[in-house]
Amino acid sequence: MAGVAASSRQRSKIAPYLMIAPALIYLAIFFVWPVISLAMTSLSTAGGSVFLPTMEFGWKFSNYSEAFSKYEDQILRSFGYAIVATLVCLLLAYPLAYVIAFKAGRYKNLILGLVILPFFVTFLIRTIAWKTILADDGWVVSALDSVGLLPSDGRLLSTSWAVIGGLIYNWIIFMILPLYVSLEKIDPRLIEATKDLYSSNTRSFTKVIMPLSMPGVFAGSLLVFIPAAGDFINASYLGSTQTTMIGNVIQQQFLVVKDYPAAAALSMVLMVIILVGVLAYTRALGTEDLV
Amino acid sequence: MTTQTGAALSPAAKDADKAPKTVKGSPKWGDLVLRIVAGLVLLYLFLPIFVIILFSFNDPKGKFNYSWQGFTLKNWLDPFKYPPLTDALLLSINVAAVSTVIALVLGSLVAVALVRQRFRGSQTVDTFLVLPLTAPEVVMGASLLVLFLDLGWATGYVTILLAHIAFEVSFIAMTVRARMRGFDWTLEDASMDLGANPTRTFFKVTLPLIVPGIIAAGMLSFALSLDDFIITYFVSGSSVTYPLYVNASVKASVPPQINVLATAILLISLLLLGVGTLYRRKRLDV
Repeated sequence: MAGVAASSRQRSKIAPYLMIAPALIYLAIFFVWPVISLAMTSLSTAGGSVFLPTMEFGWKFSNYSEAFSKYEDQILRSFGYAIVATLVCLLLAYPLAYVIAFKAGRYKNLILGLVILPFFVTFLIRTIAWKTILADDGWVVSALDSVGLLPSDGRLLSTSWAVIGGLIYNWIIFMILPLYVSLEKIDPRLIEATKDLYSSNTRSFTKVIMPLSMPGVFAGSLLVFIPAAGDFINASYLGSTQTTMIGNVIQQQFLVVKDYPAAAALSMVLMVIILVGVLAYTRALGTEDLV
Repeated sequence: MTTQTGAALSPAAKDADKAPKTVKGSPKWGDLVLRIVAGLVLLYLFLPIFVIILFSFNDPKGKFNYSWQGFTLKNWLDPFKYPPLTDALLLSINVAAVSTVIALVLGSLVAVALVRQRFRGSQTVDTFLVLPLTAPEVVMGASLLVLFLDLGWATGYVTILLAHIAFEVSFIAMTVRARMRGFDWTLEDASMDLGANPTRTFFKVTLPLIVPGIIAAGMLSFALSLDDFIITYFVSGSSVTYPLYVNASVKASVPPQINVLATAILLISLLLLGVGTLYRRKRLDV
């Protein structure tokens, strides 16, 4: 924070508050208030019909116990899928980010551009493309079939793996970029120093490179895990009724069944579990940069 | 061309110019394996893209463009055959542009205040800004829908805009802040010491320093808005954005024009990427 004290002398005391006020007021109205509304809704009693749903607030905590007991499978599945997807993203993204940061030389920017490029195609269209790739009569299924690697029922689409695969694909970019940024920041002289001190490659990786890339691992895993846990597109495009996630239920309850209290209770459950997870994770690995 | 210029530079100048980092003395085999894995991951990223491009030339028999039937150019010759698709794309571009401009003003002001000023409560503001990023989209969409229902607002263009601004502000504030950190702000003092007044200092020193960060944040925000499905799905009412159109088509019929427009957007992005790279290189060469 060098220079702040020196230059703040020309500035008035209220200036920063005037600068932050518009955004904070905006977020208070369109983020905090909605979340409070959601919390209130989650404790309300549903009434009326699908066409004209009504609600009455009344500390109805049973909405939560019902949400847990009724949608236990979906809750467990969402977090299970999201954890697996985050780990696989990390495994796939690390070598790529490492090569871009240390080995790509003058092709660095080109490869970085190529990595970002697929994400200029709308998320839904990419997911539809996976539907084509994994289709029952597609070449991936027949290739796996010919080497005998196909699961027993002979399908890839509509399985948990297809859903997890979709989650991985759609958010891996948010793992690659923070990893790249943190690896890129590492001073190559540090790595040379480990060599000069007779460290093996493995040792210089585990003792220098990996610890220094932890901010990237931290940011990347949150940026993959959070959207993956709340997603419903991959489950509905690539999955079946056996692979639905919390997002599917929330979406269904809100927009089709219109049981707002139940849907709100589930949304709160999702948000609170993620928030608690993020806090615990921040304690364990914490850095101040999320983005 | 550029590479020769780079090679001609002295090692010291090369260092300053963010020279490619290479790790000395890694074993050849491990290195090769690493490169192959990275290449395969890159290929994996492009696999669906190849499919999308290929299927823009497909001549589907039924309503769905899922299996290969035969090569045709007719989709490319008539990319705007479905007015609802074109309208949806235009609406998305409109929403992305308007929401990004508003969010840029809100977000950049916060970022500048956080980096440049020390004030009571800045830590709280920081945490508060991260919160929207930790809320899953489905929760954000659902909570906004509940709010609009409570207020009795009809959902449509305006609510989509309001929702998009809400998730863009934090992204923009974080991106601009991250870019502004580590700048040498004593340049401002230097400018003042050399007799420039605060206005001149702002336009000649401060603004040029923060503009690249703001542009980067704006591009990110535009892309996020254009691609947003989940939040928009909750607050759209009868308005149909591009992702919403695509989603609806999955249930009814998928015209290959979706692939044509997606490929066109990709090509335009590639072109901009290329122009940007060339422009940067040219500036480095001077």
